[in-house]
Amino acid sequence: MASLPLELINTCAALLLLLSFAMLSQRRVLTQVDLYAAQGLVLSVSIFITAWSTHQLHLYFSCGLTLLLKVLVLPLILRRLIHRLDANWETETLLNMPSVLLIGLLLVMFAFVLAQPISELATTLTHGTLGIALAVVMLAFLMMITRRKAVSQVVGFLAMENGLLFAAASTTYGMPMAVELGVGLDVLVGMIILGIFLFHIREQFESLDLSHLESLKED
Amino acid sequence: MVMLLLLSAPLAGALFLGFTGNRRWAPEVNVIVSAATFVAAIWLTGFTLTMGPVLFLGQQFFVDSFNVFLVALTAFVGFTTALFSRAYMRVEVQHARIGGGRLRLYHGLYQLFIFTMLLALTTNNLGILWVALEGAMLATVLLVSLYRTPGGIEAAWKYFILCGVGITLALFGTVLLYFAASKLLGSEGTNALLWTRLEQVRGQLDARVLSLAFVFLLVGYGTKVGLVPLHHWLPDAHAEGPAPVSAVLSGLLLNVALYAVVRCKILVAGAMHSGLAGNLMMGFGMLTMTLAAFLLWRQKDIKRLFAYSSVEHMGIATFAFGMGGPVANFAALLHMTVHSLTKSSLFFTAGQAAQWAGTQVMEKIRGLLKLNPSVGWALMLGTLAILGMPPFGVFTSEFLIVITAMRDHPWATPFLLLTFVVAFGAIFFRVQAIVFGETPQPQLPRGSRLVTVFAQLALVLMLGLYIPPHLAQWYRDAAQLIG
Repeated sequence: MASLPLELINTCAALLLLLSFAMLSQRRVLTQVDLYAAQGLVLSVSIFITAWSTHQLHLYFSCGLTLLLKVLVLPLILRRLIHRLDANWETETLLNMPSVLLIGLLLVMFAFVLAQPISELATTLTHGTLGIALAVVMLAFLMMITRRKAVSQVVGFLAMENGLLFAAASTTYGMPMAVELGVGLDVLVGMIILGIFLFHIREQFESLDLSHLESLKED
Repeated sequence: MVMLLLLSAPLAGALFLGFTGNRRWAPEVNVIVSAATFVAAIWLTGFTLTMGPVLFLGQQFFVDSFNVFLVALTAFVGFTTALFSRAYMRVEVQHARIGGGRLRLYHGLYQLFIFTMLLALTTNNLGILWVALEGAMLATVLLVSLYRTPGGIEAAWKYFILCGVGITLALFGTVLLYFAASKLLGSEGTNALLWTRLEQVRGQLDARVLSLAFVFLLVGYGTKVGLVPLHHWLPDAHAEGPAPVSAVLSGLLLNVALYAVVRCKILVAGAMHSGLAGNLMMGFGMLTMTLAAFLLWRQKDIKRLFAYSSVEHMGIATFAFGMGGPVANFAALLHMTVHSLTKSSLFFTAGQAAQWAGTQVMEKIRGLLKLNPSVGWALMLGTLAILGMPPFGVFTSEFLIVITAMRDHPWATPFLLLTFVVAFGAIFFRVQAIVFGETPQPQLPRGSRLVTVFAQLALVLMLGLYIPPHLAQWYRDAAQLIG
């Protein structure tokens, strides 16, 4: 791969990580959705650059799929859900923000250490992109753990999948077509089901606060 | 051809019932579709008997000795559950626990779930295996919350988030696997994720990448198997959904998730030349079975009790696969088979008892034998079978696992025996009180709806006394393959 595309992909990776941190520290749910859409956009740009520099046709398709699903359809569904549920309040975190960000920082270091031996092997990627992909997954995971509101957990879940897609696109030039289509379909259906759930949760508990969902325990 | 039939029957059934599932005759259609799937599975089994391992449709699907009996088992349990749910769901509608729209949802998603199970078992592509397992979760999550009770919604949400995160980690593992494989097999086309191709080159795959990949795959698919400490979704999902759903979750989904773990283990163990994969599985399995056995004591809900028993048995099977070797693998495969048959029949009888009592709380369900002798005896016999009493098949598999552990890993023997004893104490006396206790209620009319329960228990009994030669041969071949 020529050096210019590599530089561009590195920039995209850095942007992805930055957006993950922004999402982690963001309190408003609607802004989180915007950040998610931005992440999708950066992701599709990075896939496009890979496709363009390696002349792989199926990557163009994958880029289009990402653009359609993660920048247009899913954020649209999320925004409509939030409006209809009237759920755009600030979400409080379980820990205070500085400590969450500090944990996030440690997670990034951990991800890099974990990915180190594999990055060394890779011929297709610059060192670090796999580490960043893993870090994006872990930061999304952290976001799911520290938020009490259902919508934030959904956004975290989707952001996690972004990290994975970036890992697939940067390390192996994307997964086989059939798999990528299947994954996209699963994510879309999952999102729709989660949307249905949010309505059920609010209907039952008259709130989207997940602390109501802790009654099933062994006692 | 037969493969197409096997997969298209439940898929077409799902589409058809998705629109017509609330009609009067829908439960019968559900049974017919499941019967057609079962016939196709038998046909496929016969095909494999004469032809040996086969690839279908341009290598995208395959059947070997490891998945052939699981396909037959899945289709069989899918069929018996459809038979049970015919009567069970009618009563639920009469009790106004669900309406027509949700019955449609139930029937459509039930067939969709069976489709994803069969797809996961027969696909040769590890990426599609992932897609199918995620699809299975999506199909069942709305079934768990079918009653729309607060508990049901909580259980389904937990199920979705925990298994969703887990399965995402498994996708990361799959990406890493693909990364290692595409260096050898090339990333053009879809060859690099085909299991049969990977198996041929497994010795050359990069060990470092695969060890990291296996950790993600084990944690990811292990969440679905219900391995401790990732098991929290399992008892909730089993307890809150309708009884037929609990039966297929326990009898089919856990098996197929374990199948996915073992398929990945074959590749990783081949590449690593060390016992890491096996040791990890042994560790998780050991932790799972002992903890689940002790948690059994704290259960008050009959379906939660049997759900924890499923966790325990999956732990035992995972431990046995972790030990490896011809005898332990043989025992683990047998254990998967008999557990699936026994546990689904237990959920039928427990669900039936809970439906009559109007509660799942064990202290309020009493005198089952007086209410209906056949259900009472079915529950008692099923319980004895699942507790590993001779001469049932579970005894055979557990016995083989214990003697292998004594020989290869003596330190594990006390844990295994402790698990069996603790689980026995927790389950037996509670079920005994339910079956033989006194009840003020009058005797209920006898029904023949539990024929399938006795058929399944008879199969478990048969597997304890005599394993048909073809099945034993498959077990042996698969055990050798797993290594």
